[in-house]
Amino acid sequence: MEAFKTWTAKAAPIDAANVDTDQIIPAPFLSRIRTEGYEGLLFYRVRRNADGSMNPDFILNQDIFKDAGILVADRNFGCGSSRENAAWTLWDNGIRSVIAPSFGDIHYNNEMNNGMVPVRLSAEICADMRKQLHANPGAQITVDLENNVVVAPDGTQHTFEIPEFNRYRLLNGLDDVSFTLESENEISAYEGKRRDEADWLY
Amino acid sequence: MAMPRTMFEKLWDAHVVLERDDGQTLLYIDRHLCHDGSRQGFTKLKAQNREVRRPDLTFASPDHYRPTDIKSVAEIKDPKMREILEELAANAERFGIHHFGLDSGMDGIAHVVGPELGVTLPGISLVCGDSHTATHGALGAFAFGIGASEVAHVFATQTLWQMKPKAMRVNVEGTLGFGVSGKDVILAIIGQISAAGATGHAVEYAGSAIRGLDMEGRMTVCNMTIEAGGRAGMIAPDETTFAYCEGRMFAPKEDKWDKALSYWRTLPSDDEAQFDTEAVLDGSTIAPMVTWGTSPENVVPVTGAVPDPAKESDSVRRATQERALEYMGLTPGTQMIDVAVDKVFIGSCTNARIQDLRLAAAVAKDRRAQVRTLVVPGSQQVKREAEAEGLDKIFTDAGMEWREPGCSMCVGMNGDLLEPGERSASTSNRNFMGRQGEGGRTHLVGPAMAAAASVSGHFADVRTLMEGKS
Repeated sequence: MEAFKTWTAKAAPIDAANVDTDQIIPAPFLSRIRTEGYEGLLFYRVRRNADGSMNPDFILNQDIFKDAGILVADRNFGCGSSRENAAWTLWDNGIRSVIAPSFGDIHYNNEMNNGMVPVRLSAEICADMRKQLHANPGAQITVDLENNVVVAPDGTQHTFEIPEFNRYRLLNGLDDVSFTLESENEISAYEGKRRDEADWLY
Repeated sequence: MAMPRTMFEKLWDAHVVLERDDGQTLLYIDRHLCHDGSRQGFTKLKAQNREVRRPDLTFASPDHYRPTDIKSVAEIKDPKMREILEELAANAERFGIHHFGLDSGMDGIAHVVGPELGVTLPGISLVCGDSHTATHGALGAFAFGIGASEVAHVFATQTLWQMKPKAMRVNVEGTLGFGVSGKDVILAIIGQISAAGATGHAVEYAGSAIRGLDMEGRMTVCNMTIEAGGRAGMIAPDETTFAYCEGRMFAPKEDKWDKALSYWRTLPSDDEAQFDTEAVLDGSTIAPMVTWGTSPENVVPVTGAVPDPAKESDSVRRATQERALEYMGLTPGTQMIDVAVDKVFIGSCTNARIQDLRLAAAVAKDRRAQVRTLVVPGSQQVKREAEAEGLDKIFTDAGMEWREPGCSMCVGMNGDLLEPGERSASTSNRNFMGRQGEGGRTHLVGPAMAAAASVSGHFADVRTLMEGKS
């Protein structure tokens, strides 16, 4: 996993609640393995009209937002399916951080397990930042994980919380399996205890 | 005296391997279910050159990519789908895990197979690389969906790092009305608390209406916990649960059964236990429900109408509703019973168990499907049971298609799809844009309501249709 310290990039506003992972990456692409890549597939259907042509109204189809590296969304971003392909698709299309009032729990973890930083800020702050991005298309946002701070386009600083364990892993780009296996003694001890106390499980 | 605890807290405490100062907890996983879509987890495991730590606790069944018109892998025409099912079988062989392949007579949707084989039990922790894993909480387990990296982590370590979710209780009191099923209960709950109403929570469903549900109904309720944003859903195990578990293939036997039973009886939440969040519904007022939009929270009683976004004061919500109605091709004020459907799907991990098929068959009996209708049992065991009861005959006599088990048109990965612009009545769990096929318009309903839409050609109130019958 790539380490994440601080990320300054152009941000795009996504003005919709409940952006589900089916929208981020539709099911027909899920059979692609990680190394095949997901470039050009972000919001594959949502950004197109019924006849397959690009919908110019969709924010990421507008030239100024095409190279956005941060999304500012509304509540419940990444709800629905557990598909980790959604995090891969965001990553492969240059998105390293999503800022929203709330996230689907599974997608929130999937982002962090792929070197991305999901930032929870209040609905008011997110709405205000989306407004700033509409008023100044192409404006940048900074997500500073070392200081747990987001710098809005207007320079306002907002602190955010992220589980310390994930923050440490993100800052250092650590693979969690090797980390976990450092606790092999505890895991083995638990297994022994479980076998004795709950033998009905086996 | 010990602190009163919720059932969730009891389940959590029983699985803690270690807790860090920052609250991150390493949890032990008693059962890991995987499926043909878990291939990315296997790929990661192999790339790291690791083994499955506990193959004896790992169970695989092909469901997402399995076409429902074939009986063996060799018959699968699409080379990609065939390869994916072959890959699962090869991975199962390579790592020595349990595999319920198409030739086992036990195959089906992971969330149907787990409980019916006794792999799922009260008191356990269970994960699966699928968001509908909360289903298994209906038996009194702590069960939740995970992503591919986490699947690889569980393969390698049989554990997961978790922050403890908050505890939520949804109380549904009263007696459910005629024609109202578990699906209507969970849709009504999501309609009330929203698609993010349970985010960050483990949800316990309680109250007399929940206790009155059979196991199939309880699984339907817990299944859609993720549609309210919840990490896990659960229901206290009781005599209904124990009767369901007893004698199943992987369930404990004899002395171990007695020991398990006495432990399971300690699981329900203590009377004085505190929940972080509570919601209450009156079960007696819940009607058969139909969704109208592109999120499960967009739901109304079948007697209701398509809402008017102009009445929504919040601008983002209004825009989201307008987009949903445009996608769905619906006009505000239209009565739901005036909305015609093009296809009906009865199946999925939400509603493809034997009791669901019985509810649908009762409506289909001596009637004719007006539109193409797929009935997809959740597993081979459900299929055999339904055929023994003659339900398949009722469906086929009504002109409906009786298929082989799999996820099918819920997720549209196996070729069962809606065409652009087509409208479905579907017993599945998601009405997301394009979920059942590009441009497809999905309305979520319970199994009896799906059958009612099939024989009417439009949404219909199953209570009216079944008047005088029972």
